[in-house]
This record gives sequence, structure tokens and C-alpha cells, in this order.
Amino acid sequence: MTERRSFRYFDDADWEVVAAACDRLIPPVDGHPGGRALGCADYIDALLGAFTEDPPRIWAGGPFSGRAGGVAAFERFLPLGPLETLAWRTRIEGSRGLPEREWNGPVRGWQEVYAEGLAALGSDFCTCDPDTQDRRLDAAPEFKALLYTHACEAAYGAPEYGGNRDCAGWTAIGFPGDTQPRGYTPDEVRGRA
Amino acid sequence: MPEVDCDVVVVGSGPGGAAAAHTLTEAGRTVIVLEKGRNHLLATEPPYGPLGHLSNDELKFTRRHFLGPDPLLEPRTFRRDASDGDHLEVGDVNALPCTVGGGGVHADGKLPRFREPDFRAYTEAGPVEGAEVVDWPVTYAELEPFYMEAERLIGVAGAAGANPFASWRSGPYPMPPGPAMYVAVCTTEAAARLGYHPYPAPTGANSVPYDGRPACNDCGFCAFYGCPIEAKGDPVAPLRRMLASGRGRLRPEAHVTDVLMAPGGRSVRGVRYLDAHRREHVVTARAVVLAAGAFETPRLLLRWGLGNPDVVGRYLMVHVQTLVLGIFADRLHTHRGRAVTHLMDDPIVGDAGTAAAARDAGLPWLRGGIVEFGGAAGPVMEALQLPPGPAHSAGMLTSALRDRLAVLTMQGEDLPQPTNRLDLDPRVRDVFGFPAGRVTYAPHRHELVTAAHWAPRLEAVLRDAGAQHTFWVTSPPMPGAPNDRPGMRAPQSRHLMGTARMGTDPATSVFDPHQRCWGIENLVCCDSSVFPTSTGYGPTLTLVALAIRAARGLATSL
Repeated sequence: MTERRSFRYFDDADWEVVAAACDRLIPPVDGHPGGRALGCADYIDALLGAFTEDPPRIWAGGPFSGRAGGVAAFERFLPLGPLETLAWRTRIEGSRGLPEREWNGPVRGWQEVYAEGLAALGSDFCTCDPDTQDRRLDAAPEFKALLYTHACEAAYGAPEYGGNRDCAGWTAIGFPGDTQPRGYTPDEVRGRA
Repeated sequence: MPEVDCDVVVVGSGPGGAAAAHTLTEAGRTVIVLEKGRNHLLATEPPYGPLGHLSNDELKFTRRHFLGPDPLLEPRTFRRDASDGDHLEVGDVNALPCTVGGGGVHADGKLPRFREPDFRAYTEAGPVEGAEVVDWPVTYAELEPFYMEAERLIGVAGAAGANPFASWRSGPYPMPPGPAMYVAVCTTEAAARLGYHPYPAPTGANSVPYDGRPACNDCGFCAFYGCPIEAKGDPVAPLRRMLASGRGRLRPEAHVTDVLMAPGGRSVRGVRYLDAHRREHVVTARAVVLAAGAFETPRLLLRWGLGNPDVVGRYLMVHVQTLVLGIFADRLHTHRGRAVTHLMDDPIVGDAGTAAAARDAGLPWLRGGIVEFGGAAGPVMEALQLPPGPAHSAGMLTSALRDRLAVLTMQGEDLPQPTNRLDLDPRVRDVFGFPAGRVTYAPHRHELVTAAHWAPRLEAVLRDAGAQHTFWVTSPPMPGAPNDRPGMRAPQSRHLMGTARMGTDPATSVFDPHQRCWGIENLVCCDSSVFPTSTGYGPTLTLVALAIRAARGLATSL
């Protein structure tokens, strides 16, 4: 089983349900590890719990990750400005009736969507057979759509955000990921191979 | 002369504002540039080096609003016409970056010039019913020296003479073109076999070290991304020069709210702005340059009640994009290179087939746009196109929608219609409480007929290049097409133009031929709001050339 690495938001039981659900949306097949093994639940845990750290885990640093040379700096997340903090807290936590977050009315936060979605999947989700799991996901379409969006971001985004564990998402699909400061040679750009 | 904070305050730090600020400081004027977005581009203290924020990070740039505008903080709204009600879509509408450097940061730097006939659209091509096609109040010959200057300032790599349809130029490009991408090699050879005329795209990315910045290393994170190594010159180069002059300052996170009018209302004296902590500041100046882009500039003018009220916000043009896609058997590694390395102008120039299609449709003429020979975007974008479940994993492994996909994008000319406009949404507000900008837009029949004419011809190019399957979509969608559904109806084009057109008649334009506001001579516009027509070319180089020209005129007048 995939070990949990991010401990910012979910309790262990919820993390397991999210991991199992991500494995239905991005199923493991020959050559592809699937959503659970790629750490999609860790990515979502880090996103929903982004503000448990300062700077929050919203924008990874730069200019280089170290994977293609240079000093590894993606892990040094960038500080948000006051307005960006307002936007991301509102997006993640919801407006919660706070006037400063409701200039266009109430905003439903991702934490709320996940809480309701996890309740809809049920605490026995991990022990259900795959068909039952799929039916429960289909019965919560708003949550399923958000979970799939986050799972896709997790599986193929930079691993510093918590998913794409050991770059296995990129390896599976033949994508090299970030390439600065090495880049590609003119022959690699022009050539067929 | 009363004491002022600077000679000129520039609103917006994108390609137009940056070029204007550089030109003014070069001419000895003092400038303060106000940018409402964050600064991720360059230090504002010597030696004005990179900040290290830009990176090869698909999530940051395409999913987390890193370059702004954040659709929660600054929602924009869209409707096709009044029958859609107040608005159809809210949030992410034409999200041209709101950051230091503006649209220049995310663009992949394709910087073609317009052609001579584009400046005489009415005289050369003639009227079209339902649109107001006009000549520009400036000619190609007048603008040509400023095109040269813009190409040198930004650093454009290109090959003079490679495009048989290009107008004359008085000198070579500053750099030769960089390496062709494999996908472009395959597809341009096919285009040439079918009688078309592809050429290496003039690109604002260094092919050799230039102006103290390194050569592009073709990392593949170009369109949508800021350049981590400063190989893209636009707009790092003009902003750094402006700062290094000692006469220019840059203030990010400065949200302009009001313009200060002189008594009598015939001139402006500066602006008021809010910083990120909502503290109010005033900058006084002898002139104000508006360079906030063709969405925000008319929004400010409408809020302030300035400019010809019958014209401000109207004639909004985008490029109607026809995306022609081909799936190949083999991998094309489109993640290596500068997103697009070749263009062709054939749909702009037209041929006998185009003329026949126009006749059949009862239109006097059809003009498309440049065709960009490119590929798909990153794997997160690819993943989101696939359905969840087994089709996801299988689809990602075979990568028909990314690594085996070639994309020919035609940036089709969009005719100026008075009903297509930017105005203020009656209900939606930005985080500061100001009315959101609202786009009301529907393409003219010319654009739809042109797309339907060229799409099959471009599919034939991809099939000749070896594509197994081809298909096409437009943005905005054709009525009834599969992508004509909620969330997809606003144009995806980031090329916005025409919302405060310039002209020779104050009754039918907002700015005069030198981009000065009619009736308020020290209010100057340096963005694509002033474009009278859209042409079929990307707007950036032309708006930069116009900004240099207008700023030089302004510097002389102060």
C-alpha cells in the first residue's frame, strides 16, 4: 500500500478514502501506477491544508527544481500578497459568512466540498467493491469533478506539490517534466527521436 | 509649472507600458509605472536582476493563477448578446496576465509585423455589411522605423525574406531564427507541398545571447509560462532599461482607481491608486499613459467618464481561433522548443478558393489569420481533457492528445462591430468593489465562414504530413458545435483589441492618430485598445511600435 507522506489536513481514515477514490478516477494499469500510488491524496492534503504553513503551499518556488541541474528551489514556496492570501483562503476554506470574503456573495470552499463528498462516499468506501465505489462517486458529481481535477493536477504536476510521487506520473507517460536550466539541444528539438 | 511626482505616470507594465516607459526615460523624462499585479519578473533595485519566481511549473502557471488575474479577486463577465441576460459566464474571461510585464510574460513571443495593406483595410478590401472596417490613421511606412526599433528593443529572432507575403523592411532582424521544432518540420513540409508558404516565426526569444540575456534553451515551457532564464525579451528588456536609466520607477500591486483632472476637464494631472493593503496613494504627473490592455483601459475610461462615450468600449475584437488538430502514429515531442516555431500568412492573403468561398457566402471578401504550426500543452491540461476511469490511464499512456498531436491554429481576423463591446457589469464587483468588466461578443458571419473555409484545407495539410485522424474546433465555438456549451462560449483568444479606437475624426474615435485622447491631449493610450482593425496577426509587436511612436511624441511635447 502507498504510505501517507502529507499530514496537513485529512485524518488517516479520510486520507485512505481519498486515495482509494483517486485510484478509481486514475486507475493503475500496466505501465501506469494509478492515482493512489502517485500520491494524489498527499497532493490534496497539502492543498486543503496549504495555510498550515508559511508561506502557504500554493506557488512553488523557482527558478529550478534541481532535476535538470541548478539549485533545487521549487520546495521553497513563494509568499502570497495580501489579496492573494484572501483569494486562496476563500477558495480553500469558503467565505464562511465573513464580509471581507463575500464581495460577490457567498463562496463555497473546497474544504466544504470535500467534507460533503467524503460523507457521501461513506467511511466503508475503502472496503467496497469497485462497482460500488464507482456508483458512489457518480452519485456525488460536484465532488467527483473537483476530485478528478485535483487528481489530474496531482498525478502530472511537479512533485513538490505532493503528488507525482518520485516523478512516476511523468515517467509513465514519457514526459520529462521541468528541464531548466538544461533545456534541449537543437538536435533534440529538430530531430525525430 | 506646479510641482509633480514625475513627468509621466504609466498605468500598466505590459509590452505597451514598458515600451512607453523606456522611450520616455530614454528621452530624459521621469516616469512612474503603476502595475496592479504582482512582480515576479525583475528586481526594482540595482542591478534589476531576475527574482527567481519563474519556473517550468504547469500547476503554478496554468492552474493557480500565478500571473493573474485571480478570477475571485477580479472576475470578468461574458455574454454573447443582451438575450443572455446580464451575463452568461463569470470569472475567467480573457485572463490576459495581470502582473509586472503583463501579457509579455506568458506569451510565447510570436512577433510578426502587420503588412502594408492592413493599415488600409477599408481602401484595400472595402466595407462589409454589419461591420465598420476602417483605414488606420497611420501607415506602414510611418510605423516601419518603430517596428525596427521594437524588434531591436525586445530582441526578435527571424529571417528577412522568408515570408513571401511580408511587407518591406529597412533592415535585418537582430537575430537569426532558433531551431525548428520537429512537429513544425513535419507539418511545414506538408504545407509547402500543398502550395502554401510557411516561414520561421519572428520570435521574441533569443536564438543567440543578446542584450546581456542568454540564448533560449528550448525548455518547452514557453506559451503560458514566464521565462526562468530571461531568454524572452518582452518585456524584461524595456523595463530593465527604464529602471537602469535612473529616471523610471516601478510600483507593483498599485491598483489605479481615479484620474486627477485639471479644472475645466481638458487635461489630467495624475492618478490615485490603492496598494495591496488598500492604502490610498496619489501620483501627480504632467501626462498619463494608459497601457492597461484592451480590457482594462476601456474599463477605466468608462468608470471615469472620459473619452468619446459613443465609442469607448465598442468595436472589441479578438482573434477568432480555428484549431485544427491532427493525431499522429508517432510521438512528436512537442514539449521541446518554443511552442510554435513557424507561421504562414496564406489565409490572410487568400487565393482563388478563398474568393470563391466569399462569393458563395455572399460576402465581399474573407480574411483569415496567421497559422501557427504548433503542438499541444502540458500533461495536466491533457489529463483534464480525458474522462476519469480506465480511459484516463490508457489515454495518458498513448498520449494522442499531447505527444502525438499537432495543432495548426489560425488567428482569424475579427471584424470591428459596434455591438461587440466592453462595458461595466451591473452586478459583479472586483475585490475593491468596482464593477467588473463585461464582454458582450459574438463573431461576425465573416469570421465563421472564414474558419469553415480554412479548417478543411488545414486538415489536408495535417493528413499530408501523416496524421491518422484530424478534426477542428473554433473559439468562440460555432453555434451548435460540440464545444458550444456552458463555460466554453467566451473567446479563448488573449488578443484583445479595438475598445478605444484611434482615428482622424473625434466623432468616431477615442484617440487621435498620435494616440492622444480627443479633448484631453495629455492622456495617451499605449495598448491595443487603439487598434481600428484586428488584422490576422498577433498584436504585440504593432502595439509596441505604436507605443514607442506615441511616447516619443509625448516626450517632445512635455
